[in-house]
Amino acid sequence: MADDAFEPRIVGFLCRWCSYQGADLAGVSRMKYPPNVIPIRVMCSGRVDPSFVLKAFADGADGVLICGCHPGDCHYQKGNYNVMRRIPLLHALLDQFGIDRARVRLEWVSASEGARFGQVVSEITETVRSLGPLNWARQVHTEEEVLAP
Amino acid sequence: MMTLTIDGKQVQVEGGATILDAAKQLDIEIPTLCYHPAIEPYSACRVCLVQIIEGDRSHLAASCSYPAEEGLVVRTDSSEVLEARKMVVELLLARAPKAEKIRELAAKMGVEKPRFPVDENGDDCILCGLCVRACEEVVGKSVVNFINRGAEREVTTAFGEPSEECITCGACALVCPTECIKIEEADQIRHSDMQLGPPKAIYVPFAQAVPNVPVIDTESCIHSQTEQCKICEKFCEPEAITFDTEEKERELDVGAIILATGYKPFDPARVPQYGYGRLPNVISGLEFEIMSNASGPTGGSIVLQDGSSPKSVGILHCVGSRDENNNPYCSRVCCMYAMKFAHLVREKLHDAQVYELYIDVRAFGKGYEEFYQRVLSEDVIFIRGKGAEVTEVAEKPEEEGKLVIKCEDTLLAELRRLPVDMVILAVGLEPQADAEDVAHTFSLSCTDDGFFLEQHPKLAPVSTSSDGLMIAGACQSPKDIPDSVAQGAAAAAEALSLIDAGRVEIEPITSVIDEELCAGCKTCIELCPYTAIEFDEEEKISKVTEVLCKGCGTCVAACPSGAAQQRGFSDKQILAELEGALLVQVS
Repeated sequence: MADDAFEPRIVGFLCRWCSYQGADLAGVSRMKYPPNVIPIRVMCSGRVDPSFVLKAFADGADGVLICGCHPGDCHYQKGNYNVMRRIPLLHALLDQFGIDRARVRLEWVSASEGARFGQVVSEITETVRSLGPLNWARQVHTEEEVLAP
Repeated sequence: MMTLTIDGKQVQVEGGATILDAAKQLDIEIPTLCYHPAIEPYSACRVCLVQIIEGDRSHLAASCSYPAEEGLVVRTDSSEVLEARKMVVELLLARAPKAEKIRELAAKMGVEKPRFPVDENGDDCILCGLCVRACEEVVGKSVVNFINRGAEREVTTAFGEPSEECITCGACALVCPTECIKIEEADQIRHSDMQLGPPKAIYVPFAQAVPNVPVIDTESCIHSQTEQCKICEKFCEPEAITFDTEEKERELDVGAIILATGYKPFDPARVPQYGYGRLPNVISGLEFEIMSNASGPTGGSIVLQDGSSPKSVGILHCVGSRDENNNPYCSRVCCMYAMKFAHLVREKLHDAQVYELYIDVRAFGKGYEEFYQRVLSEDVIFIRGKGAEVTEVAEKPEEEGKLVIKCEDTLLAELRRLPVDMVILAVGLEPQADAEDVAHTFSLSCTDDGFFLEQHPKLAPVSTSSDGLMIAGACQSPKDIPDSVAQGAAAAAEALSLIDAGRVEIEPITSVIDEELCAGCKTCIELCPYTAIEFDEEEKISKVTEVLCKGCGTCVAACPSGAAQQRGFSDKQILAELEGALLVQVS
């Protein structure tokens, strides 16, 4: 394996009641899945502000995974419906930035779906790997660069 | 106050009292027929005659209307009185030979066969005028009155025609001393109109009612229709009746709430193939329950619309339940109550044939399977096959005039037609019609089927996601009485432990709104599933009620100005996490 092979760095926003517990179950069950997702725990997927996704990219992430409870099962009744509405808007915004929307993925993972969590992580890792590094700095121009003749 | 003497005994009465009132105080019995304590006296029957003695002269008078006077001397037991009364009763007996009360009086007084021609085929009306006075004074309707004079005198309605003014209150039938007025059903028996409990306007709902006091049914109460009557209020000694109470709204400060709002039976009109509401003698489970109740409208008799007893009954299971066109869930109680009905029909009508059409027999509880075996042994015919249709159209002579249940008998692998007299639809349970509104009021969710959502179906069936709000009974899911009682006790125990602790533990990760930054856009208020955010009208900003906040962070993500932040999960903290995770190089 080449040392400089691209390893995607993916941030995962996981809700405490379902998806984080699902991820935990995957771990406890000793399931094997790619290590590329860095979990950030929030109480509810509804806490995820689209600006967090952009900040993750700005800080060097190549992809973002957001996981919440299945619709109808949100521990806080309907928090996941909010993120369900925000992500399509974010995708539209990313299109305008020229960032492939496949880098941001919203999935529903319940606390009992340890295997599914591993599956989702594998999938997004491969997707982002084939898309290549995001290289935010390349995307974002400084004021001078923009104004340069 | 006046003092008078009756049968040698002195008695004091108030002004306006009659001799009859005075005699009552002395416990002297004077017979009456046309007298009623709530109605103005008329003195028509003359049975209450007494002798009034003034010096060496005397005369007979009707005690029910003769006013008491100071110094009056009355005798109720003299030979003149008794002879006069005997003659009156003899005359009355000739006029109304079938009347119970008159026959009793005659027997007491030693009157045998009247010497006058007896009117065997008359209506027994003695022209006492009680019905007339009751309808006029008490009810205020004056539907019946006297017409003609002398031998032609009778009591009737205006022009002898059925009166539109009559409210069928039954007062006339109630006061009539000879029972010559009867209330009859003009139409056939309507199972859907049957109600439990005595058909009076004021009644104790049932023997075990708590509190065990009467209630007034404002629909049948005469006062609510005509502004008159109020006899119950007049007669109540402790003055416990009032018609002036109005609905009041009260605000209660409580520490816990238990919702036990129950269920609604499935309306069988939604499965028109069974003919409910269209075919006669197709009834719902609840209607059969009311009819078979011993204190119900038929005294517990099972009757068809025309009043006769059914010779065959078909009971269809799963009406509205386990049905993808209606409710997909099983209503849990219907198999057992359907078998109870079969058992009741076999018990009350020994020769009746009973069919139970089932998909599965769910006899899940303590003693339930044993009951099922018992019903099997009572020659109830169980057919495994959901009823497909109920029709009146006969294909064979033995189906004429009957209801025919069409079904597939899956055990015989045959299509069958069962001619029966009565079809009982074992309807399932549904949430109450306003369950969604109630849930919304309490920030409660409902499951797909519309019943209230419990915190956990196995581990917390009576709790909800809101602390301090409990649910119990059929509002949570269809269940029978033992389970409802158990849930009620569980919810009560949870409520007790909550309020007994005296303090509530709340989440520290609550949302807090920076008053300087909040612009009062109210975006957060609508999003909060716990209605934990309120808008302060004076300061024009939103504020979080900490004790209600569950710490989901939805408001924080939505806040356009960043005024709302979550303790432990603020924007700063999460962004710092991201920096730490991505920017810090770990070798």
